[in-house]
Amino acid sequence: MAYIKLVESSLKTIKDICASFGYRKGDLINVLHKVQGALGYLSAETQEAVAKELGISAATVYGVVSFYSFFTMKPKGNHPISICMGTACYVRGAEKVVNEFKKQLGVEIGETTEDGVFSLTCLRCVGACGLAPVVTVGEKVYGHVVPDGVEGILNEYK
Amino acid sequence: MGKIKVTIDYKPLEIEEGTTVLHAARQAGIGIPTLCYFQLHDMGIENNPGGCRICVVEIEGRRNLAPACVTVCTDGMVIKTNTIRVLNSRRTVLELILSNHPADCLICAKSGNCELQTLAHRLGVRQIAYQGEQSHFREDRSPSIIRDIDKCIMCRRCEMMCNEVQTVGALSAINRGFDSVVAPAFEQDLIKSPCTYCGQCVAVCPTGALTEIDHTPEILRALADPTKTVVVQTAPAVRVALGEEFGMPVGTIVTGKMAASLRRLGFDYVFDTDFAADLTIMEEGTELLGRISAFLAGDKDVKLPILTSCCPGWVNFLEYNFPNMKDVPSTAKSPQQMFGAIAKTYFADKINVKREDLIVVSVMPCLAKKYECQRDEFKVDNDPDVNYSISTRELAALIKQANISFHELPDEDFDNPLGESSGAAPIFGVTGGVIEAAMRTAYELFTGQKLEKVDFIELRGLEGVRKATIKMGDQDIHIGIANGLGNARKLLEMVNKGEADFHAIEIMACPAGCIGGGGQPLHHGDSSIIKKRAAAIYEEDRNKPIRKSHENSYIIKLYEEFLGKPCNEKAHHLLHTHYFDKSTVIEGTVDVENN
Ligand code: SF4
Ligand code: SF4
Ligand code: SF4
Ligand code: FES
Repeated sequence: MAYIKLVESSLKTIKDICASFGYRKGDLINVLHKVQGALGYLSAETQEAVAKELGISAATVYGVVSFYSFFTMKPKGNHPISICMGTACYVRGAEKVVNEFKKQLGVEIGETTEDGVFSLTCLRCVGACGLAPVVTVGEKVYGHVVPDGVEGILNEYK
Repeated sequence: MGKIKVTIDYKPLEIEEGTTVLHAARQAGIGIPTLCYFQLHDMGIENNPGGCRICVVEIEGRRNLAPACVTVCTDGMVIKTNTIRVLNSRRTVLELILSNHPADCLICAKSGNCELQTLAHRLGVRQIAYQGEQSHFREDRSPSIIRDIDKCIMCRRCEMMCNEVQTVGALSAINRGFDSVVAPAFEQDLIKSPCTYCGQCVAVCPTGALTEIDHTPEILRALADPTKTVVVQTAPAVRVALGEEFGMPVGTIVTGKMAASLRRLGFDYVFDTDFAADLTIMEEGTELLGRISAFLAGDKDVKLPILTSCCPGWVNFLEYNFPNMKDVPSTAKSPQQMFGAIAKTYFADKINVKREDLIVVSVMPCLAKKYECQRDEFKVDNDPDVNYSISTRELAALIKQANISFHELPDEDFDNPLGESSGAAPIFGVTGGVIEAAMRTAYELFTGQKLEKVDFIELRGLEGVRKATIKMGDQDIHIGIANGLGNARKLLEMVNKGEADFHAIEIMACPAGCIGGGGQPLHHGDSSIIKKRAAAIYEEDRNKPIRKSHENSYIIKLYEEFLGKPCNEKAHHLLHTHYFDKSTVIEGTVDVENN
């Protein structure tokens, strides 16, 4: 037998969420959304547990998780940084901002710094186009961000 | 269903309503090229994602080209399959695929048998106009299969085979866009997945993305080593398919030429897995009778139905998916492993060769056998009973490398004492055959009477799930047969729920059984090939002077000289095995935070 270990409370969360959807295989995406919301990210172990509860293969679950960019398999940092890559932000230089964050943190999009403090993701339009380019750190929104301002933002959390 | 009229490439045609453009064209003798589309007609196997668009055609009155494989004909439809527009579009689609494909044809294992290569040739692609970025995935080598998914073209045939037909669920399409390929969960290696090594994904992959692990170099080395005695055994299904690799008509029986070619390759003894198939019947048949007799005598603990255990793909499936039933199958080893165990004891003693100097090679229609012969329980002091297992395709490659003109070979016999077999042995290669072979022997042992009609027609056929009742004297024996693991799952779930009263169930992992195995010459979706192999198997049976395993004189001698009686202690030690629970259990651990 192969054992997959998960913290009891996480396992219970997963089981409850699957039950709340009546174990419907068709609700896989919704289940994963809820589970990610509750646990922060979808580890391989978490995906195995979802697969088992819904009676589908782990490969199928991973297929869905790897397809959609809003699912993440890595734990978020204490301060998750999201950069809007909607059209407005993009044309106003969001990409340069992204590159500056990558440089300063030494991580790629979708990754978390080794100390677990920051994680970096990109978002589709967040609907604050007047403030483009927009960056959020946790709940806090920063507007009109330029590459030179990145260091200042990071320092607020160090 | 009604008939409708269509016109394809100026040819008027009457077809059944509901026919796709692709099939209508085929009826008119027009072969529209396909890549993702795959079908095994009559066997309930179809891959139809409509994804690659290589099959596009022009339909009068429609602005866009339509994929023929998913477009259903309507009455009066006018279809053109070869206009300039169609040809250009087709070539563009192919060039885009090729722009992200390693141009490895010269050294690719699939070269000469690759559908992508054939298509590039057929469409006359002479340059790749698009220079794309190439994906770089790591190569995954499991005991049976190599995944080189830089060569994956996302036709998703393997996914369909693994998930829908086999219900194993080892594979899924992952990622999106440029990076999308088919892979196991979390992009782990196949060995960490519930893969059964049935090889059905390999059997349908159009490209070199999925191929078998090649053991021919090790075999050439063993043959060249003067200190080794090398013996070979050949499985039943190989002899009705090997000829295809040399352009012989499908269904040609090449048993004699195969034996001759193995001798030319330098094997010291050319033996037959069919001998071990007869031995399997002695053991499994005795076990079956033992259980049925105990059951009839009122023993409540006896485990029925007995499940056959000669297919290692199926055994793997059971260990992952039905661990609660791991004590139900017959404990008899597969013929491959029975052969190995006897070769390295009885035969090694006979010729006075030390176990470690005897190399046993098997030629199998099967990729799961490569994994099976590496299982720890089939080794003695780390020396495997069967050293290497190669596929029918690998044997063909060896014969070609060795300059042997297969066509011109004479028919030769196997060597003895491990080469003789009854007609009950070859039919192991087709679904229903193992249980038919078992019934031929069980009937005579149970009733004490001679079986007049050895052909159990009611056990034959290629349907995925079959049921039959056989009379043994006054006793009705209920038999279930499944080929393909999805069908096996259906039968086992019935048994688990108590909905079936079978005494015995035969299961083969591959659709149609070993004749359709993952190591056989590629059928490219032509189910008539599989049917012709099945017919050849039954012909091989009919041609044998002896049709029942227990009448094989060398089997009788083996028991007299060495084993004693079927299922006795010695036989158990050498010829039987046990199964493991390989399921995954999700375990909750104590919360760190709450401590
Ligand atoms: S691995 Fe082969 S069969 Fe599977 S999707 Fe890729 S090309 Fe198709
Ligand atoms: S060998 Fe069989 S079980 Fe394994 S991935 Fe291929 S189809 Fe699935
Ligand atoms: S059916 Fe035959 S070829 Fe297929 S996995 Fe089983 S033993 Fe191997
Ligand atoms: S063969 Fe028709 S879309 Fe691929």
